Amino acid sequence: MNIIEGILNKDKRAAARLITMMESNDPEAIRIISKLYSHTGRAKVIGITGPPGAGKSTLTDKLVKRLRRENKSVGIIAVDPTSPFTGGSILGDRVRMTDLYTDSGVFIRSMGTRGHLGGLSKATLGAVKVLDIYGCDYIFIETVGVGQSEVDIVKAADSVLLVMVPGLGDDIQAIKAGIMEIGDVFAVNKADRDGANRTQVEIEMMLDFNHSEWKPPVTQVVALHNKGIDDLYDNIQKHLDYLEASGKLIEKRVQNSQLEIIDLVQRDLMERLVGNKEKQEEIYQLAEQVANRQVDPYTVSNSLINKMILNNNL
Amino acid sequence: MFDKEKLEKIKQDQTNWNENKVGKVLSKFPERKQKFVTGANQEVERIYTPADVAELDYDNDLGYPGEYPFTRGVQPTMYRGRFWTMRQYAGFATAEESNKRYKYLLEQGQTGLSVAFDLPTQIGYDSDHPLSEGEVGKVGVAIDSLKDMEILFDGIPLDKVSTSMTINAPASVLLAMYIAVAEKQGVSSDQLRGTIQNDILKEYIARGTYIFPTGPSMRLITDIFEYCSKEVANWNTISISGYHIREAGSSAIQEVAFTLANGIAYVEAAIKAGLDVDTFAPRLSFFFNAHNDLLEEVAKFRAARRLWAKIMKERFNAKSPKSMQLKFHTQTGGSTLTAQQPDNNIVRVAIQTLAAVLGGTQSLHTNSKDEALALPTEDSVRIALRTQQIVAYESGVAETIDPLAGSYYIESLTSSIEDGAMEYINKIDTLGGSAEAIEKGYIQKEIMDSSYEYQKQVESNERIVVGMNKFQIKEEAPKGLLRVDPVVGELQKQKIDQLKSERDNQLTEDRLSKLKEAAQGTENLMPYILDAVRAYATLGEICGVLREVFGEYQQSVIL
Amino acid sequence: MARPIRVLVAKPGLDGHDRGAKVIARALRDAGMEVIYTGLRQTPEQIVAAALQEDVDVVALSILSGAHNHLLPKVVELLKSENVYEEMLVIGGGVIPDEDIPGLKGSGIAEIFTPGTPTQVTIDFIKENLKRSL
Repeated sequence: MNIIEGILNKDKRAAARLITMMESNDPEAIRIISKLYSHTGRAKVIGITGPPGAGKSTLTDKLVKRLRRENKSVGIIAVDPTSPFTGGSILGDRVRMTDLYTDSGVFIRSMGTRGHLGGLSKATLGAVKVLDIYGCDYIFIETVGVGQSEVDIVKAADSVLLVMVPGLGDDIQAIKAGIMEIGDVFAVNKADRDGANRTQVEIEMMLDFNHSEWKPPVTQVVALHNKGIDDLYDNIQKHLDYLEASGKLIEKRVQNSQLEIIDLVQRDLMERLVGNKEKQEEIYQLAEQVANRQVDPYTVSNSLINKMILNNNL
Repeated sequence: MFDKEKLEKIKQDQTNWNENKVGKVLSKFPERKQKFVTGANQEVERIYTPADVAELDYDNDLGYPGEYPFTRGVQPTMYRGRFWTMRQYAGFATAEESNKRYKYLLEQGQTGLSVAFDLPTQIGYDSDHPLSEGEVGKVGVAIDSLKDMEILFDGIPLDKVSTSMTINAPASVLLAMYIAVAEKQGVSSDQLRGTIQNDILKEYIARGTYIFPTGPSMRLITDIFEYCSKEVANWNTISISGYHIREAGSSAIQEVAFTLANGIAYVEAAIKAGLDVDTFAPRLSFFFNAHNDLLEEVAKFRAARRLWAKIMKERFNAKSPKSMQLKFHTQTGGSTLTAQQPDNNIVRVAIQTLAAVLGGTQSLHTNSKDEALALPTEDSVRIALRTQQIVAYESGVAETIDPLAGSYYIESLTSSIEDGAMEYINKIDTLGGSAEAIEKGYIQKEIMDSSYEYQKQVESNERIVVGMNKFQIKEEAPKGLLRVDPVVGELQKQKIDQLKSERDNQLTEDRLSKLKEAAQGTENLMPYILDAVRAYATLGEICGVLREVFGEYQQSVIL
Repeated sequence: MARPIRVLVAKPGLDGHDRGAKVIARALRDAGMEVIYTGLRQTPEQIVAAALQEDVDVVALSILSGAHNHLLPKVVELLKSENVYEEMLVIGGGVIPDEDIPGLKGSGIAEIFTPGTPTQVTIDFIKENLKRSL
């Protein structure tokens, strides 16, 4: 299969395969994306995060259906945790989106975190680019949803939707400390339950401390019954429009690219430092010397970096 | 049951016996296992003595059959009056074929009917729906309209038989069809006896044939409770089922716990809908599994009875003793049957039959030996029924009531299952009740954990399944299995086409739109469904209208 | 290993008995695979669309409704028409009579695992019969 040709011709197989290659650190995938990079940047990227059980997948399902009414094509990347013990995972977010499976304008991809922290997998940004090249108008990224560590989504998305549910009680305090500031738009899902108004007020009170131009709107929804979806959709659009009109979109993308570059450099350096068995062994031997107090870790680190520079291995 | 001094002496003697007698033997001949456990992984001691039941109070904890807390049985004479109802679940392909099978079973001495529906019927699709393709008539009979129901019960007088229908999400529709058939036979609805399963919560948990979301489903159920309490007074309006929870891999304790927790949810919903507990509670019935761990199973049934009686009396302030009686149907455990050496299944079913009977069941379905392979043949269904008859007529266990009562082990197990179940129920209460616990995936996860644990035990040969992971032989593929003719789907489609060309379509439309209106409001839906059924609206049309108004349930997947 | 094996565990047909599907999903996860679970009542079209987008190595179909002779070959057929069958191993499990198995294999299902099969057998089979390298 010719991937470049395929993906430019909207072949789902090609897109699917390219994501797999990205996930496997296939250098060919990097070459392809580099080549097609000018095709990216067109899709609007929406991150969906929030605590487990908040109904992120169901909400994604409904928002995507709303977008399909406008005839927009949509990509969905759903991230679930990988077991640190076995390296395996069960990715079950699709179950909430079964109506979308056979919709030709929707592409759903499930990803395991494969050891990556921060709520996304290492290859998520790559997968976003693939779906962008493939031609999705919108791309949704649904994070793992474990609470406070969900900060990576800011680096990946134009607009972040933070989903809450009534009755979280103290959780909201904890979440406030960690991730409240990443939300551009808020949804109180399962708003047919007691305490929805209270949750909304609590969120709004916390947001009062936010003095930036954009005031994140809070929408009550019942995703399961498709209630409030239109309002939420409008609020997301408003945020996207605001980003564009205010010039913040490009600002944000510059910031994100900056973070991505630093990330890639870090990752690449690490790869060169410990990327194979021999190198790992070398470090192990150095570590033994450090542990035996024959040498200190600062000197070791310094000499490793110097060695890389000397070997012109940067 | 023993005084303090006597108990102290027994304890002392047991310690001595363990140290001296047993210790001496153990040093030469160690026991087969380090630790012995029941099917539910409860530890089993070497022996049980009065010390293990020291807390037991005969009057409060056991009492007499037919009296609170009904531990020993719900009727005063139990099987000395009459045997349990022998009721084989059956339904095949078309209404015509199933009708023949029912008549055969009645001739063979079966005393009640039990109708199995195919999956499209259970999920509210007509046979011509795209999702029905390949499924019509496969696991039961296909019912698309009142026409099929008339054929199904042709020549079977509905005032003479009791009929159990395994139908849940569209239970109202099938009950309405049954009532309509009876009308045509000239039998009034208050003469009808039988049961509809009507237990949606366990569908969400374990069985999967749900249609509507929780709220509207609970409304349909309480509508049935109310309607039947007035119009079909001898009908068991729900069969709260642990069977499928167990089949999904739960332990015996979980089976009791989750079933009774669901029971609590239904009672609460009905009370919230304004019904008086004693008007509907006597018509609640239960449905349990019977597995191979004979003694634990007997204890399970006794524990379930005692616990439900307490819940109804103490939690819901029921006044009528009938409201406190846990009456139940039992089916032997499908998941205990092996595809390997299928004849061995006859023996398993016999043990499970004993468990159900010693546990005081009101009715029983015995599985056929070939059920791990395909639908049962007539021969294997007969053996299964004969198994019940042998236990009834030859084994002698039915001659006295609750014969295992007073066994130190049985009483100790009964109490520990009750305690274990109560612990789960408390936990479910703190999660906000059964429906909430299901939505959060708590119940599914607990079952999944047990099921996976069991699988690992079998694969590591910690648990032996004869013929499967021990004592295997080379086998030939079994022959003569029952197959459903694939033309059934076509036949049903033709019948629907014919029906739609013959009926008064204006009337059908009219009744369906009235039903829709009612569904949008809060009225009891039973009369509207009955009217639609009488006008030959199809099951799919009726459920379609309700789907439009109610939406569909979304599975919460917990792995 | 360059990457984990990706498996789609799907339930075609209308039956809701997902104990087997869930047990196998867990066992494959514990064997280090990435399991994509699609839930109940999936049509062959839905299963194939998911397999394609998820770019899986294995499609594992669990069915107890008796509609296997109709639904399983349909999945293979659609995988072929999407040009992905050559790279995907398709296996089945559930209450499937022995006499149906040759026909199903003939239609392109690599193996059928009936009740009582240890999960390790399925795991080993997958590892040994993948159609594409990791």
